[in-house]
Amino acid sequence: MSDALLIDRLQFTLTVTFHYIFPQLTMGLALLIVILKFLAQKTQQERYNDAARFWGKIFALNFAVGVVTGIPMEFQFGTNWAAFSRFAGGVIGQTLAMEGVFAFFLESSFLGLFLFGEKKFGKHVHFLSAVLVFIGSWISGFFIVATDAWMQHPVAYSISTDGSAQLTSFWGLLTNNWVFWQYFHTMVGAVVTASFVMASIGAYYLLDKKHTEFGKLFVRIGVIAGFIACLFQLFPSGDGQGKNIAEYQPVTLAAMEGLFNTRQGADLVILGQPNMESQTIDNPLIIPNVLSFLTYRTWSAEVKGLNAFQQNDWPENIPLLYYSYHIMVGLGTIFIAILLIAGVLLWRKKLYASRWMLWILMFSFPFPYIANTAGWTTAELGRQPWLCYGLMRTAAGNSPTVSAGNGLFTLLGFLGLYLVLGVLFIILVLKEINRGPEVVEGGERS
Amino acid sequence: MTTLWFIIVAVMIAIYVVMDGFDLGAGILHLFVAKTDNERRIILKAIGPVWDGNEVWLLAAGGTLYFAFPLLYASSFSGFYLPLMIVLWLLILRGLSIEFRAHIHSALWRSFWDGMFAFSSITLAIVFGAALGNVVRGVPLRADGYFFEAFWTTFTVVPDAGILDWYTVLLGLVAFFTLMNHGANYLALKTDGELQGRCRAFSARSWWGIVIFSILAACATFAIHPAITDKFLSYPAGFILPILGIAGVGGIFYFRRKNASDKNDKAAFISSSLFIIGMLASTAFGIFPVLLPASTDPQYSITIYNAAAGDHGLAVGIVWWIIGIILASGYFIYIFRSFKGKVKISEDGY
Repeated sequence: MSDALLIDRLQFTLTVTFHYIFPQLTMGLALLIVILKFLAQKTQQERYNDAARFWGKIFALNFAVGVVTGIPMEFQFGTNWAAFSRFAGGVIGQTLAMEGVFAFFLESSFLGLFLFGEKKFGKHVHFLSAVLVFIGSWISGFFIVATDAWMQHPVAYSISTDGSAQLTSFWGLLTNNWVFWQYFHTMVGAVVTASFVMASIGAYYLLDKKHTEFGKLFVRIGVIAGFIACLFQLFPSGDGQGKNIAEYQPVTLAAMEGLFNTRQGADLVILGQPNMESQTIDNPLIIPNVLSFLTYRTWSAEVKGLNAFQQNDWPENIPLLYYSYHIMVGLGTIFIAILLIAGVLLWRKKLYASRWMLWILMFSFPFPYIANTAGWTTAELGRQPWLCYGLMRTAAGNSPTVSAGNGLFTLLGFLGLYLVLGVLFIILVLKEINRGPEVVEGGERS
Repeated sequence: MTTLWFIIVAVMIAIYVVMDGFDLGAGILHLFVAKTDNERRIILKAIGPVWDGNEVWLLAAGGTLYFAFPLLYASSFSGFYLPLMIVLWLLILRGLSIEFRAHIHSALWRSFWDGMFAFSSITLAIVFGAALGNVVRGVPLRADGYFFEAFWTTFTVVPDAGILDWYTVLLGLVAFFTLMNHGANYLALKTDGELQGRCRAFSARSWWGIVIFSILAACATFAIHPAITDKFLSYPAGFILPILGIAGVGGIFYFRRKNASDKNDKAAFISSSLFIIGMLASTAFGIFPVLLPASTDPQYSITIYNAAAGDHGLAVGIVWWIIGIILASGYFIYIFRSFKGKVKISEDGY
């Protein structure tokens, strides 16, 4: 791999991974804020409004960082991946432009109203603006996933005389088979993050014996919403996504699962380390035949292993892909277990006094971020060595005129800037969490 | 069809400059007109609910450019790699200055972000002006449609010039004074008392900057790019665009000379918007149908004909674009009406 290509890839990895810390919370939180505002409308209890206002502040901080780190993503398609943009812009330019026109305007306009307009325009407008921010952020997610889906599974295009891909069917692009499950899986993943963050802060308030009424509310909503979301992650969205990979990227499935050789009745590897030299899994912990069943609903079905494919079509970094996938699935399973127990305690009215469970919830918040990041890492590493699956190799997509030296200059710049930004963000969020929800009659931030 | 998309992209860029221009202008003026913490909070609150939406026009214009003219996007974004990355960092810094400042009650913390806000706004205005200068002057495009520009080479207008030469810096100064004026006109509308007086004074003063540097820039443009003159002479109807711009600049002068009133502030703001639109439209008209002229060999220039996306994409794009823009305009009108009037903050207010 040339130095320039490596740097372009590292820079995109850094900027997109850092960026996605923020929207995964805001997309999920947008839904939870709508739920809080709905409860406020329905019960006429002011504490739900106080809670929504508190989460609005957390939302605003995340949204601001999400916006400023999101602009580089759109720009980098052109700056670092010019050959790819020239090739694919006629298709994915469509979804990226639609995101700006349909989602960002809606989101940014009504977020201003939500944050600054509660006192001025009253409860109904405030509720409505929360709903519109939610819709805007979920539309935004759709267009980004639709863009990625085309790179994972190109459809609705033809190759024109100059070699570029051009759109042939608008609806075909939006209804790509890859879009539905990936969108579902991504958005519900965002709800998982927001639910854990809410439950975690609630648990902190209860353990620290401050804002306890809000603590109970946050734990309750976080545990219930999180449990439902985690179940959806497993089935049907995770399952559906897996089937798409089996159908359209079978070599990726083999790499993710650590299946080196084609087998009938393939085993599911729970733990173990892929050994690329011997083409085996070291220290395997397996469940016999389950991979065949999960993939094809038959215990003895044949699943193609890596040896069924040409080696230059294998994903480049199989161990990292394998670990990302296993981390995502493993954490998802642990989430269900934690939230199931917490849910039972909640139902038995014992949760708020079960300090051990509150400790677990309080420390749980980083893990959904890790799971979501690992999930996207699986998707994007799994796509390798292709930039557009089957059409363009990653090595052919970067900008021909941006040298490694200039690339490193900006990579280091982003690294430094994001480090400072991350530290400041954490300081400010911790400050808001410590301050907690304020019980102010009709209050708002100025 | 491609001509229509050229106009759409140009209109979106013009809207971006008019909208984000006034909050960039507010940033340029931040340290000059607002002396106390309260005054600075007023300025930030005047742009608080809208700056983010204004910046979305940049994203939407960028996305539309990507979709309609993929080759232009690929070529210009990789060629202008370094300045665009600096623009990104400045946009990040600026967004954070606006959002982070209020969170900690400390004079030191707030002074730091005030400084960052002003620095990033001033630099962005100059860089945007210089970027426009690059597009008019032309870039060293190769036969394969790509190029790469250093920050600067000799500061003279030569075929392998960098991003910054005397011509592009000149346009950077035009942008600086224009946006300063535009921001002052907006802030005069949103403030009152002493602060408003200072904004009006800055509007009147920066007018001289606009006039002097615009005349210099216009002369330089005709010297560097004679094709623009020919274009206007062969299509005299195009003269309406620079005339609109000149009317705008005259309007600013006229309404600043008349007695100070909200009505005249509004008229001045409309005038500075008109000036921006007129000048950008003149530029777009002057270079059409070229999107990015080559300084190497004119046949390497990127035009609407060799850069456009496929027909089906452009045709369906028109449908959703019209729907989307009607919706977006609806939100903007609603939001601006909701937050119209003078900014008020409570003394202790957070």
